[in-house]
Amino acid sequence: MFTPHTKADVEAMLKTIGVEKVEDLFKVVPDKNRFPDLNLPLPLSEMQAATELDSIASANATTRDFISFLGAGAYQHYIPAAVDNLLQRGEFYTAYTPYQPEISQGTLQAIFEFQSLVSLLTGMDVSNASHYDGATAAAEAVILAYSQFRGKRPKVLLSRAINPQYREVIRGYMQANDAISIVGDDPETGIEPDLQKLIDQIDLDTCLVMVQYPDFFGRIIDYAPLIEAAHAQGALVAVVANPTALALLTPPGEIGADIVVGEGQPLGIPLSYGGPYLGFFAVKNALLRKISGRLVGETVDTQGELAYVLTLTAREQHIRREKASSNICSNQGLMTLAATIYMTLLGKTGFQQVANLCYQNAHYAANVVQEVPGFKLPFKSTPFFHEFVVQANQNVPELLAHLQDHGILGGYDLNQDYPELEGCLLMAVTEMISREDIDYLTDVLSEVKHA
Amino acid sequence: MREPTIFELSSTGRTGVTFQEPDVPLSDFPQEFARADFPFPEIAELGVVRHFTKLSQKNYAIDLGFYPLGSCTMKYNPKINEATARYPGFAATHPLQPEDTVQGNLYLMYTLQNWLAEIGGFADATLAPAAGAQGELVGTMIIAKYHKDHGDLKRTRILIPDSAHGTNPASSAMLGFDPVQLPSDERGNVDLNALAELCDDTLAGIMFTNPNTLGLFDENTAEVIRIVHEAGGLVYGDGANMNALLGVFKPGECGIDVMHYNLHKTFSTPHGGGGPGSGPVMVCQKLVDYLPDPHVIMTDPGDEENPPTYGFARPEKSIGRIKTFHGHFGMLVRAYTYIAMLGQEGLRDIAEKAVLNANYLQAKLKGTYTLPYDRSCMHEFVLEGYWKDVPDIHALDIAKRLMDYNFHPPTNYFPLIVHEALMIEPTETENVETLDRFVDAMLKIAEEARTQPELLKSAPHNTPVKRADELKAAKDLIFCCYPVREWEKS
Repeated sequence: MFTPHTKADVEAMLKTIGVEKVEDLFKVVPDKNRFPDLNLPLPLSEMQAATELDSIASANATTRDFISFLGAGAYQHYIPAAVDNLLQRGEFYTAYTPYQPEISQGTLQAIFEFQSLVSLLTGMDVSNASHYDGATAAAEAVILAYSQFRGKRPKVLLSRAINPQYREVIRGYMQANDAISIVGDDPETGIEPDLQKLIDQIDLDTCLVMVQYPDFFGRIIDYAPLIEAAHAQGALVAVVANPTALALLTPPGEIGADIVVGEGQPLGIPLSYGGPYLGFFAVKNALLRKISGRLVGETVDTQGELAYVLTLTAREQHIRREKASSNICSNQGLMTLAATIYMTLLGKTGFQQVANLCYQNAHYAANVVQEVPGFKLPFKSTPFFHEFVVQANQNVPELLAHLQDHGILGGYDLNQDYPELEGCLLMAVTEMISREDIDYLTDVLSEVKHA
Repeated sequence: MREPTIFELSSTGRTGVTFQEPDVPLSDFPQEFARADFPFPEIAELGVVRHFTKLSQKNYAIDLGFYPLGSCTMKYNPKINEATARYPGFAATHPLQPEDTVQGNLYLMYTLQNWLAEIGGFADATLAPAAGAQGELVGTMIIAKYHKDHGDLKRTRILIPDSAHGTNPASSAMLGFDPVQLPSDERGNVDLNALAELCDDTLAGIMFTNPNTLGLFDENTAEVIRIVHEAGGLVYGDGANMNALLGVFKPGECGIDVMHYNLHKTFSTPHGGGGPGSGPVMVCQKLVDYLPDPHVIMTDPGDEENPPTYGFARPEKSIGRIKTFHGHFGMLVRAYTYIAMLGQEGLRDIAEKAVLNANYLQAKLKGTYTLPYDRSCMHEFVLEGYWKDVPDIHALDIAKRLMDYNFHPPTNYFPLIVHEALMIEPTETENVETLDRFVDAMLKIAEEARTQPELLKSAPHNTPVKRADELKAAKDLIFCCYPVREWEKS
């Protein structure tokens, strides 16, 4: 099937090697453990496998079967046909990490262009080639900030309005570090948009303050006062940003962020049940040498021709081993390429159109939902992008089940992570949701009986 | 010829893929948050397609030729994997959908957890880690939490053989462990005397790659595991080289406590120019409660009328969440497809042919090239890319010259314990004609090293660019092609 050896090939090769049978090559494996049974199903032909996988996939109902208002970190966007068509070129997807620049200029230039687009989008100086996802990129930002002050500033302040999964991953990554104190996301500090209670906790022990833009509730908040307060104490500021929103919003770099990270999935990457996605990571020049992960730089070859190479590798695990700041290797290469093709294909016009459609559709949805009796917008006075919180006068799991029965995935139940937001759900609206979908949603909501 | 960057290709006013105007009543955008400018590229669709097509043509790839990059397992990636991963039933599911709407996904994950555990001889598996390096991180977190739960707080040292990947020491350092280097003996095994000396009650564990990066199955495997266990340590298996052992050896059966696979190496998910990977972690029975969140379980075994149902559960002593959602699901579909097509016999055939191909190349190349550890290898082997009689020629020159023969070079300068290393892993999917052509090129290069050394020093000659000035890149630190600089405009 995937091994091309004929019987005659095998015999000739064994003769060259000087052994009688293939099994002889495994004599070093302990006798009693050699060639165990594997309890696996009988092998399938390609046709049978295609059928079996199709039947497994058919056991799901998808965002194509439902009208989906789910977001909360992964967003349904239209992916132009050319993205996957180019991505599936074997020269891209069956290549490895571009260690040999002479025969990897395609991958290297694409990453260089990705770095450029991310720098531009975020308003930062330098972007790396990628991290696993937005959450691990956020965890790497904490590692960077902590090491920037050599552990002498042990406090990390996280806004409670950062995606709860990101905060969990950050704590997961730092679980062995007893000296670090990760705080600020408690119910007492809260989720007020003025952030005053968070700002009050910034002090000389603080290495990093992290916020999300738009925040987990979709709100667009002015972080300039927070950034000013953090810098006054010498602390760094990391912003977790949504890349689609940045087509319209002032980039975090322009308001003083030191680090910008985020989830690149909205940039032409399918939902695919949560992965593979793409973490982006950008910094100001001052932190350039502290950035983890791969970096592509520009240079020339021996003939003076422009060329791209992986550079500053001396920071990385394969050189520095235990002294490296992260164990990260190359990752998400193909997702980086997808995002680069997506951003280039949409370009200045298309990308801003998508962002505007998200904004307009979400605002229409919010406006009509709040007109349905029993539903209101608790954060109404704060601007938002394409996600918003709806407060329902009833049990959210029951409401979501009711909507599901009517072909709607209603959103994310915020009560799972925020006890103070009982009865609240988070709804995302992208360009994939039509006006008819929204009107249908309000029809179904109008029929809901309230407690 | 150089391909311009997307910013050089841009012309004001051109559009690529555009979208319809909103059909809802318009809302004002808050001007205090509006960005001042958005200088993204402006290129029509064909221009974008040609740009990326031309870039692709500057790459070498498995679909184009032989890629014997040691330790990376650059095998053929079956096209069916790409088809199944794109079935809308998988690709259009949102990670936060209710469990009752994604029973297909959960069944696939549950089954794959069991298959991966079975193949390695373990009790259970997690599919959450995004890559081998993240799998290592998870494994190290499990080791740390296990000792902590047992009140064994002084266990701070992790032993790492000198042949190990750099990720091993980096991962253990991230968890606050003190990585201690363990020497190899003259046959390329872990040095048992050194191991015994380093084992005491401060030992947390060992990170043990087997076969190791020399491509050798450790002859003292059982001994290494026994010594570490007797000292109270846990054994982490780096499964990067599992391609050699499918259906041949179950590491879990032999006492390895926790191990990761690289789905992108062993289970044929594409390397994609450097990712996405996927690094599932398998554990023995005593560690199953430590697996990360989320873990897929069977929530109801079902009956004659109803199929079983599946859902997520957080293991009791879980190390917690290490990434958003549930791992690289798309990669899991590919690996599932691959294993379903191979079964027990097919998997063993892969290991056998991978090892056969490596031993064949080793037999043909040793003599012309120095083979520092001369014994039967597993899926790869390491040669010295250096001859005493031509001291100016280095492994790098041989690697670059191979490109002129249209081969991807082997991994060079790794593992660190071999002088001028050339690490060669042919994989099972290459036929003997290809291997012979590679041997011919390697022998010809050895000859050229003596007769026309300048051919090697100036190689490669036929590639889109020649040797790149890496020092200049590290000095200039140019990471962005925007805005277009003055000297480029002129």
